Amino acid sequence: MAMQQAIENTEGKGAALKSGSNLERLLAAGHFAVTGELEPPKSHDAEIVRKRGTVVEECLDAANITDNQTAIVRMSSIGSAILLKGSSLEPVIQITCRDRNRLAMQADLLGAAAHGIKNVLCLSGDHQSFGNHPGAKNVHDIDSMQLIRMIKEMRDESKFQCGEEIPGGGPPFFIGAAANPFADPVALRPNRLAKKVAAGADFIQTQLVYDMDHFRKYMARVVDMGLHEKISILAGVGPLKSTGMARYMRDKVPGMMVPDIFVDRMAEAVKGIAKEDKAAKQEAWRAEGIKICIEQVKEMKQIEGVAGVHVMAIGWETAVRPIVEGAGLMPRPKVDG
Amino acid sequence: MIVAERKPLEAIVEMLDGQRKVLAVGCGTCVAVCFAGGKKEVEMLASSLRMATGINGEPLQVDETSEQRQCEVEYIETLDESIKEYDAIVSLGCGVGVQYLAERFPEKRIIPALDTKFMGGPTEAGVWEERCQGCGSCMLGSTGGVCPISRCAKQLMNGPCGGSKNGHCEIDEDIPCAWQLIWESMDKLGRIEELMEISSPKDWSTSRDGGLRRVVRDDLRLPEVEDS
Repeated sequence: MAMQQAIENTEGKGAALKSGSNLERLLAAGHFAVTGELEPPKSHDAEIVRKRGTVVEECLDAANITDNQTAIVRMSSIGSAILLKGSSLEPVIQITCRDRNRLAMQADLLGAAAHGIKNVLCLSGDHQSFGNHPGAKNVHDIDSMQLIRMIKEMRDESKFQCGEEIPGGGPPFFIGAAANPFADPVALRPNRLAKKVAAGADFIQTQLVYDMDHFRKYMARVVDMGLHEKISILAGVGPLKSTGMARYMRDKVPGMMVPDIFVDRMAEAVKGIAKEDKAAKQEAWRAEGIKICIEQVKEMKQIEGVAGVHVMAIGWETAVRPIVEGAGLMPRPKVDG
Repeated sequence: MIVAERKPLEAIVEMLDGQRKVLAVGCGTCVAVCFAGGKKEVEMLASSLRMATGINGEPLQVDETSEQRQCEVEYIETLDESIKEYDAIVSLGCGVGVQYLAERFPEKRIIPALDTKFMGGPTEAGVWEERCQGCGSCMLGSTGGVCPISRCAKQLMNGPCGGSKNGHCEIDEDIPCAWQLIWESMDKLGRIEELMEISSPKDWSTSRDGGLRRVVRDDLRLPEVEDS
């Protein structure tokens, strides 16, 4: 079977460094990696990007710079990533298939590489109907699987998607992809991950995990298939902010499984606090959210095949430090490049 | 079939501003079958237009006719004579029909009464659903008879995405996830292994991206007649 062959041919994690990024070096050295997210502003204010970077730079090995996340226009991922130069925070640029065709993607990849950017995450992109330009035309010239393969071929074979040679060699990227263990059909999710490995992804960041039992089963299957030896899997975690948010994620967000226990714990956290004392409620919720998240990170470290965590605290960057610290993952290790 | 839906009456009235005598032309093919532009719909629209324009003064004169197919000159050339007395044509054909009428009668203003929606068919009484986008290189043979181009909101070639839930698309609970259907269909056919192969980027040059498309069949072309 061609895909099995492609997976076997994948050099896997022990091979020579492909990009030399901080994230790649840490993972190659066997460290439990911690990545996070940095949301660019809805403006051209460079200071906001730098400030958000400062808040998390000591806690993360790399930060995804989102690309028009939830289909809402923001400063570009690459533009924001360039602004982080000089800080110790390493960017992972994101590229969605929603907004660019293969020409634009390859052009942006060359530009990003020229600016020294070494990590890229390949995504389909949230549908534009969720964002602030629902009338926009989506592109989807290629899909995320094809994007992974395109970047791999650019890097390893110095070839553009059309087959033409890239003069001077291809851009050295550490190629990431997303995986959702909780979307339907659940049974085929490990197979879809296998496809991403075969396409050439080097690391995976999963969708937010709350249902640990389900995630353990998923990882057991992934380990059975030997995929964890080919690719670094970072489990997505994130602090809940309130009972309402927990409930909303449980009931409304597609591809999300939130066990009742977390909804109950969030509700329990504010028990006895007067309804009108919003500040106290928020504080109690946030403390519980961070506590749950720390427990999860600690559990993640025990699961075979999990190479790190991806902490998603969008709009709540200050939660990252207590989570990473609380989980005993500070200070972040350094590996010489 | 081509599925269409009538524009709101006000939108049609607005486009008719300044006209006095118009011909509403139906089409007896696709749009008649989906109850948007057949004879009956022409009658209904014509009487609605008369009433709507009559409220504010002189009612618009709306005459009615319907052709078997607006998208072939042989059918619409029967209007060559009668069309002369009208200011404008209201077409209840699909976008193709509207343009054939416009090309045939370039001196007449043309008003499209329908919004052409898609190529598809009825799924239940009163519901039509898209099935084809005419991408020009059919891949249904490798996707278990379910089209990811017309039925997946992201046109994925290697789906499903992470938003598939309970068999439905993340953008609308009423829309089935095309890739869930593809996996189910291929599973039934014992062909699931094929879906584990990564499908290559699609060549969109056969789609609308390649510019105006044309099908030429030499075996059906008439021999060129030499000038005498």
